[in-house]
Amino acid sequence: MADLTVNTGATRKASRIRVNGSALVMTLYLVFLMLPIYWLLNMSLKTNSEILGAFTLWPQNLTLANYATILTDASWYMGYVNSLIYVVMNTVISVAVALPAAYAFSRYHFMGDKHLFFWLLTNRMAPPAVFALPFFQLYSSVGLFDTHIAVALAHCLFNVPLAVWILEGFMRGVPKEIDETAYIDGYGFGRFFVKIFMPLIASGIGVAAFFCFMFSWVELLLSRTLTSVDAKPIAATMTRTIGASGIDWGVLAAAGVLTIVPGALVIYFVRNYIAKGFALGRV
Amino acid sequence: MMQEKTVNHKAWFLVLPVLVLVAFSAVIPLMTVVNYSVQDSFGNNQFFWAGLEWFREMLAEERMWDALARQMAFSAIILAIEVPLGIFVALNMPKRGFWTSFCLVVMSLPLLVPWNVVGTIWQIFGRVDIGLLGYTLDALGIEYNYTQNVIDAWVTVIVMDVWHWTSLVALLAYAGLQSIPDAYYQAAKIDQASRWKVFRYIELPKMAGVLMIAILLRFMDSFMIYTEPFVVTGGGPGNATTFLSIDLVKMALGQFDLGPAAAFSIMYFLVILLISWVFYTVMTNLDKREGN
Repeated sequence: MADLTVNTGATRKASRIRVNGSALVMTLYLVFLMLPIYWLLNMSLKTNSEILGAFTLWPQNLTLANYATILTDASWYMGYVNSLIYVVMNTVISVAVALPAAYAFSRYHFMGDKHLFFWLLTNRMAPPAVFALPFFQLYSSVGLFDTHIAVALAHCLFNVPLAVWILEGFMRGVPKEIDETAYIDGYGFGRFFVKIFMPLIASGIGVAAFFCFMFSWVELLLSRTLTSVDAKPIAATMTRTIGASGIDWGVLAAAGVLTIVPGALVIYFVRNYIAKGFALGRV
Repeated sequence: MMQEKTVNHKAWFLVLPVLVLVAFSAVIPLMTVVNYSVQDSFGNNQFFWAGLEWFREMLAEERMWDALARQMAFSAIILAIEVPLGIFVALNMPKRGFWTSFCLVVMSLPLLVPWNVVGTIWQIFGRVDIGLLGYTLDALGIEYNYTQNVIDAWVTVIVMDVWHWTSLVALLAYAGLQSIPDAYYQAAKIDQASRWKVFRYIELPKMAGVLMIAILLRFMDSFMIYTEPFVVTGGGPGNATTFLSIDLVKMALGQFDLGPAAAFSIMYFLVILLISWVFYTVMTNLDKREGN
C-alpha cells in the first residue's frame, strides 16, 4: 500500500517536473529573445546623458523626447512613410502575379514546369549583394531611380518566388473536384478564380502577403542602393544619428523601436496562421 | 494531398505575368553582371573583351577563398546551433490555449525586425559602456570586446543570428508537430515507447519535410548574410567577419571594380545554386516518399 502511494507520488512529481521543465525552457528562450529588445526600448526612453553617464536597468528620468524628435521631423518620419509605401506596393504586386502562376503550378502539367519552378526558386536564393549594382544601373537608365516603385519591383526578385511557393502549397490542399464542378456549372476561369477559389485559400493569401511584407520590410541593401532622397527607407535614415558629435543613442534606439512596431502589429493580426504560414502551407 | 495533374500547355499564360516580372527584375540584371564579368574597361564607357580573365584572377585571389571559408564556417555553425535548438524549443511549446499564441507572437518578433536594426540592437547590447550584455560580462570580469577581438566578434555575430532566426526553425518544427494526429502518441503509449523513441520514430519523421524547408531557408539566408554583421562589426576586426556579401559589396560599390566583382558575383551565385539544388532535390524526394 505504502509502496503504491510512493510510486504514484513519484510519477506525479516526475510529470510535474517535466511540465515545469517545458515552461522553464520556454521562459528562458523568450527572455533571451526579449532582453535585447527591452534594452533598446529602455535606451529609447532615456536621455543621452543618462545612457552614457550611468548604467541603469530602467530609465530613471523617463523621457519621450527621442520619440518627439522623430515624430516631428519630416526627414525622419517620411522614412517610415517611404518604407511602408514600397512594402505595400511590393506585397500587392507579388501576390497578384503569384496567384495565377501558383494555380498553374498546382493544377497543371505543362512544358518545362519543373524547371520553371526551380528557376523561380533560384531567384529567392540570389544574394541581393549580387544584384545591387546592376539594379542601380537598370533603374537609373529607365529613370526609376529613387522612386518607390523601383524598390517595390526590386524586392519582387525574392518575394514573387516565395509567394508562388507558399500559394502553391495552400492550393494543393484544395480538392480538384471543386474546380471541375465550378466549370461544369458554367463558371468561366476568371469568375471561378475570384468568387470561389480565392475565398477558399484566403488564409494562404494572407500568409503569402505576410511573408512579402516581412521580407520587404526587413531588407535594406537593395532599398538603400536604389534610393537617395525621395524614397529613402527608414532603415537608411537611421544612419543620420551618427553625427560629428558622436552617436545620438537615444534617437537611434527610438527609431529602432518604431521600426519594430509595424511588424508587431502585423504579427498580432496573423497570429493564428503563423505556424502554418511558416511551414509555407506544407503541413 | 498529391492529385493527378492534367497536362495543359495553356497554363503557360497563367505563369506569364510572373515570368515577365522576374525576367525584368532578375534576368536583365544578371545579364548585366555576366556582361561585366567578361569585359575590361579603361573608363569612359569603353569596354574590351576580357574573356575569362576575371574568373581566373578571382580564383587565384586568396581574398575570395578566405571569405568563402568564413562563410562556410558561419553557415555550418549557425545551422548546427539553430536546427537542434529550434526543434528543442518546438518540443517545449505549450500545446494550446493563450500561452501558445503568446509564445508564437513573441517568437516571431525578431523575424520582423529590419536587419539593420537587428545589427543596431546587438551593437548596442554588446557595448561594454552602455550595453547590458557587454556591461554584465565586463562586470563579471570577462574580457569582451567585439570590435577588437576576433573570437568575441564571431561569438557576437553568431549569437545575434541565433537570436534572429532560431524562431523560424522553431515555428516550422512546431507546425510539423501540430500535424501529428493524437492517435500516433496513443499508439506509442500503448507500446510504452520511451520519450526518445517517440521523438525518433514519430516526431522526427513527421517533421522531416518542414525541417528541410527550415534548413534550406536558413542555409540560403545565412549564405547571403550582409546587413547584420556589417552593422555590428563592419566586417572586422580586420577581415575576420567579412563574409561573401560584405566582400562583394566592398568590391562592387566601394572600389567599383566591376569586372572582378561581376566574376565574383557569378561564382557566388553558382555556389548557392548548386547547394540549394541538392537541398531541393532531397526535399522533393522526401515529399514524394511521404506521399503528400
